[in-house]
Amino acid sequence: MKKLLTGNEAIAQGAWEAGVSYASAYPGTPSTEILENIAEFKADIIAEWAPNEKVALETAIGASVIGARSLAAMKMVGVNVAADPLFSFAYSGVNGGMVLVSGDDPGCHSSQNEQDNRNYAKFAKIAMVEPSDSQEAKDMVKSALEISEQFDTPVLMRITTRICHSKSIVEIGERENVAKKAYERDVQKYDLVPATARKRRVAVEERMNKLKAFTETTELNRVEWNDKKIGIVTSGIAYQYAQEVFGATASYLKLGFTYPLPIEKIRAFAAQVGTLYVVEELEPYMEEQIKAAGIACIGKEKIPAIGELTPDIVAIALKGEHIPCAEPDMALVVGRPPLLCAGCPHRGFFYELSKVKNLMITGDIGCYSLGGNAPLNAKDTCICMGASISMGHGVQKILNRIGSETRTVAVIGDSTFFHSGMTSLLHVAYNRSNTVMCIMDNRITGMTGHQENPGTGFTLQGMPTKEADIPAIVRALGIDALRVVNPLDLKEVREALAWALSLDEPAVIITRWPCVLKKHSEADKKEFGDYMGTCRVDEAKCIGCKMCVKTGCPALRFDKAAKKVSIDAGQCVGCKICLQVCPVKAISKVGE
Amino acid sequence: MTEVKSILMVGVGGQGTILAGKILSMGLMTAGFDVKMSEVHGMAQRGGSVSNQVRFGEKVFSPIIGKGQADILVAFEKMEAMRWLEYLKPAGKVVVNDFQIPSGPILIGSCDYPENILESLATKAHTTAIRAGEIAAQIGNPRGMNLVLLGALVKGMELTHIDFEAEIAKNVKPATLKLNIEAFRAGVAALEK
Repeated sequence: MKKLLTGNEAIAQGAWEAGVSYASAYPGTPSTEILENIAEFKADIIAEWAPNEKVALETAIGASVIGARSLAAMKMVGVNVAADPLFSFAYSGVNGGMVLVSGDDPGCHSSQNEQDNRNYAKFAKIAMVEPSDSQEAKDMVKSALEISEQFDTPVLMRITTRICHSKSIVEIGERENVAKKAYERDVQKYDLVPATARKRRVAVEERMNKLKAFTETTELNRVEWNDKKIGIVTSGIAYQYAQEVFGATASYLKLGFTYPLPIEKIRAFAAQVGTLYVVEELEPYMEEQIKAAGIACIGKEKIPAIGELTPDIVAIALKGEHIPCAEPDMALVVGRPPLLCAGCPHRGFFYELSKVKNLMITGDIGCYSLGGNAPLNAKDTCICMGASISMGHGVQKILNRIGSETRTVAVIGDSTFFHSGMTSLLHVAYNRSNTVMCIMDNRITGMTGHQENPGTGFTLQGMPTKEADIPAIVRALGIDALRVVNPLDLKEVREALAWALSLDEPAVIITRWPCVLKKHSEADKKEFGDYMGTCRVDEAKCIGCKMCVKTGCPALRFDKAAKKVSIDAGQCVGCKICLQVCPVKAISKVGE
Repeated sequence: MTEVKSILMVGVGGQGTILAGKILSMGLMTAGFDVKMSEVHGMAQRGGSVSNQVRFGEKVFSPIIGKGQADILVAFEKMEAMRWLEYLKPAGKVVVNDFQIPSGPILIGSCDYPENILESLATKAHTTAIRAGEIAAQIGNPRGMNLVLLGALVKGMELTHIDFEAEIAKNVKPATLKLNIEAFRAGVAALEK
């Protein structure tokens, strides 16, 4: 049977077919849907959201060591979080096959950098595969697990946004039930104390030699002969772009197994073609190794290393083609940045925060990063998951040292708090700075599309579970000053901020209200009630002051000619933030 | 080898471009074409500009469309038509929904929604404007705007011989099927005029 699948869906299908028994991940675009789809195979695969990528990888390592085939998935920056276990697992090796899927994001569609995680395979000295469409993504999960078991190595599967989120046709297969391997205690392999690590270090190099032989012969690396004037070495999505641009006018060495590279195969290919191009997205990962082997090639001299490749970029770079296109009048185009949704519980908090003077606001990763956009403008920094709190502490300590009156407010979401904010908060409590920390608990992992987390009361596969109690965690970590507020009540937020900023000790404000798009659980219904409705503007009363518009709600429309505000009933959910900021009480909630 | 065709659907997060693209792609696959479809998730969903790209033919390589490569640009919102216009072939077609969604800078009053977009588009490419919102509302299915635009797209690409209605049936709730089919047919009819 054929299906049209995204790369992420295909990887899930591949994991099921290849006998994976355990999979774990932390959500992150573009990789999120891998685990969501694996979770559907409830009878055969244990699929779990981990609080962060390090935990996800470590649980998958545990499953592998005890003898099961396992998979961990994460976005590329998540591999940084998981790098600690990865580099040592590279030494111990596997028992059941283990594949780590890294979803890279060239072009930073949804990320804070565009690191090229192919470098991790080389750095950690582990095998790597790179699919170039959904069929390959599915098939390569199986290949990766077989390679993992044959060579005793974790395997990195490196994919990119366009593999993850592009659909192509996939032939669906059946599950191969792979029996769990026996586990035998082997401290010389799995207990990486220094004496063991030194021996395993040698084993890693022996493995590398075997992989170097394997990469020269595997069918994952194939030659497609056409015209020989141009030869192209390529991998991943870049293969598709090269084919699109050159078609049968060039020959291809299409690499699916890209660490270690098949240097001799490349050398033989290069010898038979006129000009050798290396077409790869982001870093000159292959090009540098090819040039180091003394093989002449052209790569990043012509192809940009910054941003996503597209067929037209490859065509312009290598063929010097001018591609005629329809010409827009950009004077008629206004930017369309993403916005906090109408009814977003973060809006009221950011509105009040934006009004406080003399603040430095350290932000974090999630929907609430949009609180930094106009008109709220309530953010100074964003670096990585969890950094809001720890950075805020560093800022505040220095400000206090120099006698500055400026205060620091750190803003972090519930899932990000569980991910890596808890240790940061422990640091603040331990080292005592008067940083104000706001945990914006919207009862779900929002930005990636509503995944359960330790605070929601449910697991990935729908099991009701013990709900992590954020106030109890905060207190247990050493915070005495704590308030939980309703972020839709501006007065409550305003007073909590003033209170926290008046203290000379670390303080935490938790805003607790569900994401406006969240499907409410029974517990949510009980706690938050049915608050949805619509607000309306009394045009006679509206003075056109635009105070409400400064909340940045997309349901509010300001008519410049009439100098009046109106509310789009299709978007408004009746959160009443605008109603609270209107100085002339021109806004009311229908039915109240 | 039949030429690969490229369809670019653009709009604003939440307008239903992804569902329209899914129905289109599945119909093309069932009709025997190789198909690839690409979309961007995550940050772009929060009211941002979104695109959905579908390519089909005997053998498709790239899932994404380069500048100057789209055969048809279907814009669910008119300013988005202009934003994405450079992806269209000079001889390509534009089907634009005469519908505007103000973006953040417009909502807060720092600039106005641009005027005369449709007129400007018409001078730059073969453009057909339809009022998909009104058409959908007339048949009692105000949320069916995306199906109206899918119908217009299918007509615009001369793909009416493919049974997309069967694919619609697989992708919408049974209770809304009749209204969605009507929206789709109204979209086809809108481009026949």
